[in-house]
Amino acid sequence: MSQAIHHDEHYDAEGSKIAMWLFIFTELLLFGGLFIIYSVYRYLNQDAFHLAAEELNTTIGAINTVILLVSSMTIAMSTSALQKRQKGTTLLLLGITLFLGLVFLVNKYFEWGVKFEHGIFPGSEHMTENLSQGEILFFGLYFVMTGLHALHIIIGMIIIGVTVAKVSSGKVHADRSALLENSGLYWHLVDLIWIFLFPLFYLIH
Amino acid sequence: MQASSHIPHDVSYLEYKGKHNGLLSWILSTDHKRIGLLYMYSMMTLFLVGVVLGLAMKFELIAPGKTIMDAQDYNAVFTVHGVIMIFMIVVPGLPAVFGNFLLPIMIGAKDVAFPKLNLASWYVYIAGALLVIASLLFGDGSPDTGWTFYAPYSFKTGANMLPAIFGAFVLGFSSILTGLNFIVTIHRMRAPGMGWTKMPLFPWTLYGTAWIQLLATPVVGITLVLVALERIFGIGVFDPALGGDPILYQHLFWIYSHPAVYIMILPAMGAISEVIPTFSQKHVFGYKAIVASTMAIAFVGYFVWGHHMFTSGMSGTAQYTFSILTFLVAIPSAIKVFNWISTMYKGSINVQTPFYWAASFIFVFMIGGLSGLVLGALATDVYVHDTAFVVAHFHFIVFGGVGFAFFAAIHYWFPKMFGRMYDSLWANVGWIIFFIGFLALYSPMFYLGMQGMPRRYYDYLEQFHAANILSTLGSWVMTLGLVIIIINLFRSAKSGPIAGKNPWNGKTLEWTVPSPPPVENFETIPVYHEKDGPYEY
Repeated sequence: MSQAIHHDEHYDAEGSKIAMWLFIFTELLLFGGLFIIYSVYRYLNQDAFHLAAEELNTTIGAINTVILLVSSMTIAMSTSALQKRQKGTTLLLLGITLFLGLVFLVNKYFEWGVKFEHGIFPGSEHMTENLSQGEILFFGLYFVMTGLHALHIIIGMIIIGVTVAKVSSGKVHADRSALLENSGLYWHLVDLIWIFLFPLFYLIH
Repeated sequence: MQASSHIPHDVSYLEYKGKHNGLLSWILSTDHKRIGLLYMYSMMTLFLVGVVLGLAMKFELIAPGKTIMDAQDYNAVFTVHGVIMIFMIVVPGLPAVFGNFLLPIMIGAKDVAFPKLNLASWYVYIAGALLVIASLLFGDGSPDTGWTFYAPYSFKTGANMLPAIFGAFVLGFSSILTGLNFIVTIHRMRAPGMGWTKMPLFPWTLYGTAWIQLLATPVVGITLVLVALERIFGIGVFDPALGGDPILYQHLFWIYSHPAVYIMILPAMGAISEVIPTFSQKHVFGYKAIVASTMAIAFVGYFVWGHHMFTSGMSGTAQYTFSILTFLVAIPSAIKVFNWISTMYKGSINVQTPFYWAASFIFVFMIGGLSGLVLGALATDVYVHDTAFVVAHFHFIVFGGVGFAFFAAIHYWFPKMFGRMYDSLWANVGWIIFFIGFLALYSPMFYLGMQGMPRRYYDYLEQFHAANILSTLGSWVMTLGLVIIIINLFRSAKSGPIAGKNPWNGKTLEWTVPSPPPVENFETIPVYHEKDGPYEY
């Protein structure tokens, strides 16, 4: 590739980390827009949001929270393992992280599935006929925000997948670990956003 | 993999082939200079589409009633004109073209921090542009909401909105990636000894711009996604029928789109801040004031978005807070104007084409800026809101400001980019025709707006006829100037006389490397010493 010609010697771990943090800012602002909308409508429709939140299954939400927290731990451990040059452990821990991400998505799938069965989805007849405007807004935001978060889980899993390939082929190693550290940062961001989504939708009544 | 030293230093970036030939050597190149030119050619193509749409609008307005198109077509034309010009030309324009080409050279680096990401941003840009154009060609009619995609009309209209909205989202993503790349480049890759206060002013403005791109674009991104979801699924967030609030859409849209105005104008100011010292052969006056005002504009620019919504329904407190903040943001802009004028004072002014453009930039920018205060003041805004006055104001800023700065920049850096000089006589003829046409095109709109002619109508009352004829004639004169300028540049890039390393006697680093620059820019990375500065004449 022609770019190798310019930059085969240019490897700036500090630079890539700055870039990742900047990208994380943009992600926070992306969700920030949604959090603003949520707070405005929550303020305007307090009772309806209270009612609608009771529809959500706190147990599944809590399980998913624990799953994500554990996955954040495993990816952090994989970074340490790489620093100690334990390639096998690194790959195992990354594999566990991927698996936990998948379990989260499966839970989410069933959770959404139950809502759909009860006729709760944007534009459904049940919603427009039986629910108040505040409840419609709550579920609209619920699907958008958890959906967008799930999309980020998928993106995070793809990034981790690439990292797994590069670790096992030896391109990412203890002295060249920026990719793993950056995917770790990204995964923590995905986790962090869920830490806000969980109380906002499931816990506040 | 080859080592860096394998590239000979005497081969320019235009001649160096790398692994591929022909078109591939361009669209697969990660050389920041080639990417800059890729952006330039794609933008020029899109710009000409936008110009044709603009000409069509002005032609429609040459007489009251239907001239060449009906109301629906007119709506589509001004929407697409706006989307192309804003999202594809003026927002990414100067950073993507001149930022890419010059930022690494001006700070003494071999390339940007992430060359592959840089090329990827161009592909994302093209994808966004194609999506928007697809909205014209397929589906049930061209977008007709105006470039602002205001809710609830943007999800109620039968027109083909989804590709246009998604295209604007994708273009925003390209802009974020470029901004991110520039911030890291500026932080990590300045030449040894080039402290923050020794960095030239164009990179400084790119730095301020990059931060706005990074922090403001995601908000409009999510807003556009919500409009799209509203159209597809009816989630209710902006739909009053389901409890949503369309005014909230306007807030979220302008939280990005007002800072976006500063994304457009800051690099333009940066380019002017390079041109004026060079053609005055004098140290720039108040370097630190220019830097501080750049960052102040970037910062205060976040807090003025409400001035787009004075008539949309806002509390009185919100209104005058936004109004005061709007007046505040005029201060750093004015500081820059004083700096430019003071730089010229007692300089040895070398009147060349870039200087003409820079001087006329200051002229139109001041008209645009001062008319902005009329709109920022509550009492007068209510009177001229949504009239042709607003259209005149933002064309003076966006086209007068950014467009003139773009032409100043291209005529300034052209010998560096192509290694050839253009024909100065034709360049000056093009400039004066363009300038006269520009004033004839947009000045009458101030008058029309004060007289009460609303914007975005294909028809008007007989009393507005005379001024509209003048405006339409102006659009033809301006286009003539534009054609002269473009033909002159194209011919000169092929067959102009060979330009030296430093035809203008500039002092910034790009004038120390050969024209056109070699692939790796510098044979040895320059080192700044204690006494060196960017503008030491």
